[in-house]
Amino acid sequence: MTSLLEIEGLRTVFRTHGGEVAAVDGVSLAVARGKTLGIVGESGCGKSMLSLSVMRLVPQPGTVAAGRVLLEGKDLLTLSDAEMRQVRGRRIAMIFQEPMTSLNPVFTIGSQIVEAMRAHDKGATHADLRKRAIAALDRVRIPAAERRLDEYPHQMSGGMRQRVMIAMALACSPDVLIADEPTTALDVTVQAQILDLLRDLQGQTGMAIILITHDLGVVAEMADEVAVMYAGRVVEKAATSAIFDDPQHPYTLGLLGSIPRVEETRERLLAIEGAVPPPFQLPTGCRFHPRCVFATGACQVDVPSLRVVAAGHEAACINAPVEAMVAA
Amino acid sequence: MSGALLEVENLAKYYEVKRGLLFGRHVGSVRAVDGVSFSLGRGETLALVGESGCGKSTTARLVLRLIEPTAGTVRFEGTDITQMRGEPLRKLRRRMQIVFQDPFASLNPRMTVGDILEEPLLVHGIGDKASRRARVNQLLGLVGLASYHVQRYPHEFSGGQRQRIGIARALAVEPALVVCDEPVSALDVSIQAQVVNLLKDLQARLGLSYLFIAHDLAVVKHMADRVAVMYLGRIVELAAKDALFANPRHPYTRTLLAAIPRPDPHRDTARQIPGGDVPSPMNPPPGCHFHTRCPFADERCRVEVPALRVLEGGHQAACHHAEKLPAAPAAEGAAAMSPVAARRLELYAARRGRAAAEAG
Repeated sequence: MTSLLEIEGLRTVFRTHGGEVAAVDGVSLAVARGKTLGIVGESGCGKSMLSLSVMRLVPQPGTVAAGRVLLEGKDLLTLSDAEMRQVRGRRIAMIFQEPMTSLNPVFTIGSQIVEAMRAHDKGATHADLRKRAIAALDRVRIPAAERRLDEYPHQMSGGMRQRVMIAMALACSPDVLIADEPTTALDVTVQAQILDLLRDLQGQTGMAIILITHDLGVVAEMADEVAVMYAGRVVEKAATSAIFDDPQHPYTLGLLGSIPRVEETRERLLAIEGAVPPPFQLPTGCRFHPRCVFATGACQVDVPSLRVVAAGHEAACINAPVEAMVAA
Repeated sequence: MSGALLEVENLAKYYEVKRGLLFGRHVGSVRAVDGVSFSLGRGETLALVGESGCGKSTTARLVLRLIEPTAGTVRFEGTDITQMRGEPLRKLRRRMQIVFQDPFASLNPRMTVGDILEEPLLVHGIGDKASRRARVNQLLGLVGLASYHVQRYPHEFSGGQRQRIGIARALAVEPALVVCDEPVSALDVSIQAQVVNLLKDLQARLGLSYLFIAHDLAVVKHMADRVAVMYLGRIVELAAKDALFANPRHPYTRTLLAAIPRPDPHRDTARQIPGGDVPSPMNPPPGCHFHTRCPFADERCRVEVPALRVLEGGHQAACHHAEKLPAAPAAEGAAAMSPVAARRLELYAARRGRAAAEAG
């Protein structure tokens, strides 16, 4: 299976007074057409910075220091700014967590969608673009699209605003959609509607989706493959079913133990002690070792790299699988 | 129910909506809370669950007398506190405290942790300087922080630690009731679990009663003894936790349960989620508020407001069809996890237990 988008050894650093801080540190990932890659991790793990790096939108003083981002074999990091503008929106689009702050409050929904379309289609007439904007709203199942087009963001609910964001992102039929926590700010029934919508739209267009989330439930429902990130690195990656059925990295185990489950009878949650270390204070060796219940002396020294633990399943832990280590 | 710590009867809060800049004319009212009744026993946790705008936080603020109700009564330890004012109300505030959702906004950035924890003691005139300092240290230990944290400022802490400070502040004056307003929804998953466990431990140790506000039914499953589900200002279902999850009697509760994304990739994702948003509370649908999104709605639901009625086993639901609803889809059971994953989690739990024992 050939990949549509491939990230190779990506390293994004911030130059600070205290020295160089790597928010993303040697990440390699790939996603194929029509597939969904879930990127899971907690705040500060670098998942959002990874997506901004792909879009070449890393805020100052951050820069992509190493690696390649290949879209159908072409390295986006070598493109000129003008060429990159042609990629953003048209080839790779992005939606964010907060549909309230992503829309401009002083323009109507319609004018914002039309603006996005015009950026990539300078020749089209206004009437034509407006017609296409109505079609775009129809596609994300916004009722009475023609009337809604002339409304302002504050007149819409959170779910409707996120639909508008999706409509804008898909207006130019991108090959890749990066969705950064697209449902985190939404109520649970609205979240279910938006996830259904994304699945349907992917079925229609065959776009690849990179879904960034902290919610393992969302990942289980949406993703074909999952990468678990911790402190700027991928610690485990596998097919979604393998991540849940055969979790290898202790951090993945900790996350699975931490989530409250509706079906579960056990009252106490298996929390992970401690907190994610800030990127300027990373521990030596495995970055998870201070919080890891399985950590040994070697974990404080050796930096584990991703290794194959089963077909199509990689984990960055010298002790995985943990039962072998406990038995020893 | 004379033994209850808190009894709430027909509590209501309407907000008048006015148009016009100077001489606003009255154009309607938002019934944020519309006739809510429940009770909370000592040492018990009652969860108020619902989506944004359902009135759960307004209910909590009414109970704490932070806002004035339009109608209804709140009784705390047998006394009607709805009209209480002045010194008695100030004294009452020692008995009921709140933990807020956002640990970044609810701590004063210019106060040290020691000052933050001492302030409630000062306000209520508790102890002298030395005993207050001892109490602050004790509180830090109670929530799993160290005594050297006293001199630090909130920005030096992570979200989970800040929420611990918020909890310690609420506990400083030894309240009987703690309102937890979405205490974990701003936290990361692994930290969420730490705080949920802490809240449960503190309840067991101190005999606290929690009014637990949440939108996440999975968290509620781990915290609550009883659950009240709210929709557009009204309680639509109220039952013991196990009864509610095993056999939800209101279609809205079923919708909420079905909508939770499950951490189980083998689960069939094809499910019935009603379209549309929660209707505007300024103009709620007539009859049953939920009928516009309800798959079981009929003519009666469009006209007649369903009362919250007691079904068998003390289960309460406000649905005309509560008895006739088809059996709820069977709970998927604990089999949602593979044997390999379950075994590794067991190992993880065993290691955790050992580490905790060694730590003291």
